[in-house]
Order: sequence, then C-alpha cells, then structure tokens
Amino acid sequence: MEQKQTTKRWLADSVVLGGIAQFGDLVLFASRFFVRVFRRPFEGKEIVRQMDEIGSKSFVLVAFTGFAIGVVLAMQSRTTLARFGAEDLMPSMLALSVFKEIGPVLTSLVLAGRLGAGIGAEIGSMRVTEQIDALEVAALKPYHYLVLTRVIACIVMFPMMTMMADMIAMSGGYLESVISSDLDYRVFFTNAFESMRLSDLIIDTGKTSVFGFIVAMVSCYKGFNVRGGTREVGQAAMQAVVLSSLLILLADVVVVKLSLMFFPPV
Amino acid sequence: MTLVPDVRIAIRDLHKSFGANHVLRGVSMDVHSGTNAVVMGGSGSGKSVLIKTIVGLMRPDSGGVWIDSLKVDELAEKELDELRLDIGYLFQSGALFDSMTVAENLSFILERHSGMTRAERRDRVMEVLEWMKLPDKASDLPSELSGGQKKRIALARAIVLNPSILMYDEPTTGLDPLSVRAVSELIVRLRDERQITSMVITHDLLCAEIVADSAHFIHEGVIAESGSLSELRASAHPIIRTFFQEN
Repeated sequence: MEQKQTTKRWLADSVVLGGIAQFGDLVLFASRFFVRVFRRPFEGKEIVRQMDEIGSKSFVLVAFTGFAIGVVLAMQSRTTLARFGAEDLMPSMLALSVFKEIGPVLTSLVLAGRLGAGIGAEIGSMRVTEQIDALEVAALKPYHYLVLTRVIACIVMFPMMTMMADMIAMSGGYLESVISSDLDYRVFFTNAFESMRLSDLIIDTGKTSVFGFIVAMVSCYKGFNVRGGTREVGQAAMQAVVLSSLLILLADVVVVKLSLMFFPPV
Repeated sequence: MTLVPDVRIAIRDLHKSFGANHVLRGVSMDVHSGTNAVVMGGSGSGKSVLIKTIVGLMRPDSGGVWIDSLKVDELAEKELDELRLDIGYLFQSGALFDSMTVAENLSFILERHSGMTRAERRDRVMEVLEWMKLPDKASDLPSELSGGQKKRIALARAIVLNPSILMYDEPTTGLDPLSVRAVSELIVRLRDERQITSMVITHDLLCAEIVADSAHFIHEGVIAESGSLSELRASAHPIIRTFFQEN
C-alpha cells in the first residue's frame, strides 16, 4: 500500500517536473528567435514561400470558418435581441463579437489545428530522417531556415487571415440579415462599424500575431525535439496542436486584460 | 594540439554519455591525410556517436577531436561553419531533402555557400551528377530513386562544395552487393582522384575490403584494435574474431 502511494507520488512529481522542464526548454528555444532574427542569413525567399503555404492552403478552411461564424452569430443574436426589442443592435453586436474576440480566437484555433499539425509533422519527420542534421553539417543553420521562416510567416499571416475571416463573417451576417429581415446593406454596415474603434481593430487583430508566434514556435519545438520514428512524429504533431491551442487561449486572456488596462472602454 | 604533419583528424580520449549510458569510453585514433580510415564494430558500439561528435553534431563530455589542429568543440559558431564547408557527410539514411528534386538538393547548398550564378550552379550540379553517373536523375524527387541511387545522390551532395574531408556513416547499409561495390568504388575514386581524407563507419566487410587504408575496431566505446584490415582479421581479440567469422 505504502509502496503504491510512493510510486504514485513519484509519478506525479516526475510528470510535474517533466512538464516544468519541458516548458523551460520551450522558452529557451523560443528565446533564440529574438537573438537570431537579427542575424544573417535572411531567408526572404523561404519566408515568402511559407507565407504562401499558410495563405493558400488555409484559405478555404478559414473562409468557411468565418462564414459559419457570421451566419450563426447573426441568427443567435437576432433571436436573443428580439426578446428585448433591440434587434437593431444586431449588426453592431455582430461586429464587436466578430472583430474583438470570436474572429481572432476561432481563426487562430483553426489555424493552430491546420498549421500546428503540419509544421510539427514536417519538422519531426525531417528530424527522424536526419535532414535537420544534414542542414547542420552543411552549415545551413536549421534554426534559421526552418524555425525563423515559419515563425515570421505565421506572425505576418495570422492577422491577415483573421481580417479575411472577420470580413467574411460580416458578409455571412449580412446575408443572414437580408434573408431574415431584408435589411439594407448601408444600414447594416453603418450600424456594424459605428460602435467600433480603430484601436479595437488594431489590438484585437494584432493579437493574432502573438497567436501565430505561439503556434509556429510550439510546433517547431515539438518537431525539432522528436526522438524515435513515425509514431513519435505523429505524437509531436498532435502535441503541437493541443499545446498551441491551450497557449492561444491563455495568451488571449493576458492580451485582453492588458488591452483593457491600456485602452479602457469609453 | 599540434598534429603529426599528415594527420588531418585526431581523436583523443573521447568520452560521451547519454544519461547512464556511457557510449564512448575514451576513443583515441588518427586519420591520415588522403586516406580512408574504416571504423568497424557491432550495433550499439558507438560508431555513429563517434562520427557525429567529430563534426560537432554532438558535444563530447571530455577528450576532444582535432581537425587540422582545430579543436572542434571549442570552435565558435562561425568557425565551426567554416570548418564544416570543408567536410562532406554522407548520412546512413542519405538524408536527402525530400521536398526538393535531386538538382535542388545540390543547388541549395551551392546557392548559400558558393556565390555562384544560377548558370554556374546548374553546370556544377550536372558536373557532379555526371561524375556519379546519374545525370538523368536531376529532376527526380528522392522518393523516386532506388536505395543505391539515393546513396550516390547523397554522396553527390556531400562533395558538391569540393570538401577535402568526407565522413561516411554506414554508406552501404541496406544495399545489394552490386550497389555496395558501386558505392565503395566511388569512395576509392574520391580518395584517388581528389585526395579526399575519409572516415568510413561500416560493418560491411565487402565495403571495408574495397575502401580501407587503415581499420579500427570499436567495442564497448573504445578502440579495441587498429591496423590494416588484414591485421584486424588476424586479431586474437575474441569479439573481433567473432565479428569477422559471422560476417
């Protein structure tokens, strides 16, 4: 009995300590980004290729997500607001919900699933097939070529994909309004953007750069540290998605808290 | 450390552990200029760890590796990169970049290190592929090549920058006897035509017989015996005797 409890405690300790050690390792891995981003070589061509990969391969998924968000939110909020006779507020409620929270977070979570798995599996399989070592011995700086390029591409592309998803969500919301109440598009969009501030748009879309950093960094880290074979590559891809999704939600809380401190609601 | 004039790679009392697993327990050996040194040994004897430590992919716990009097693990990042440009490395798996064609695998390295124009790079790639007798494979992806072709393309990539040292990690593993002979003869040609200094990690006796100028047997993390291949074959060491009998 006592031995069982000791084993349980040892397991709990090793899980906790292992988790802390891994998080520390991830922080160290990520901190190299800030040192190396200013060093040569500048892999411009590869950054553009990665941006194209993110944009072209995630476009349909992100567009569909945005459209579904817009239509569903419009339907849900219309019925709720109608109970209080505040149906007119639907466009501005939709815009605030989409631009401030749902658009950025859902788009980032969708991208985390799509890109996190892809990056984790690609870099992981490069690790187990010694391609990363081959880059290293050819003095080709794998961190520069594989990590920096993907992180920069995600930092740039996440806000762009979010803007696109937000706009498609608003279009979906408008489409729903037209079908339900034959609302004029000028009234819809004027109402929608009346309550928005430029700072809302910049901060809430800009925070997805942080989410992009998290997704790319966590996925690269998981891929870089794969040991073993195809099974471990699959596990790394799955862990990349789970960990980056959790960290996105955590980072969202921090960014929203900070933005409310520095830009309090009027 | 000052090396004997024709020694290009000197390894002294090299130790490397992974946790409780003490893989290298004091390896010492020399590789002379323009020769092929073969390191043999059973699975798990530390051969791959040794070769990876030589090129700085792993850091030794103690002891050291000197290449042209430069201690590898004490080099700054820039110095290590410069040294690596003079070392080609053939990985056991080939490690070709699988999203690139054969030509791109070679050109990618030239683009970053040679300062050549696009046309010069194309010419150099074709020159090396012709030397490997595989010029028609330039636009193929690695997944479309046979095992022997992959090894030869990986070797082409290793020599594209004209290194003076080559490291071969199990160059003939998984190949049929004809491909083993073809790859081994390429290793000999590289030594004879380009005076390349090589270290060949292998447990393939046919390959060792073709390429070896000197042979070293590693067992339980130390060099158990060094000499010519025939001296190793005649060794009284029980493990070496068993190794040669079973191969």
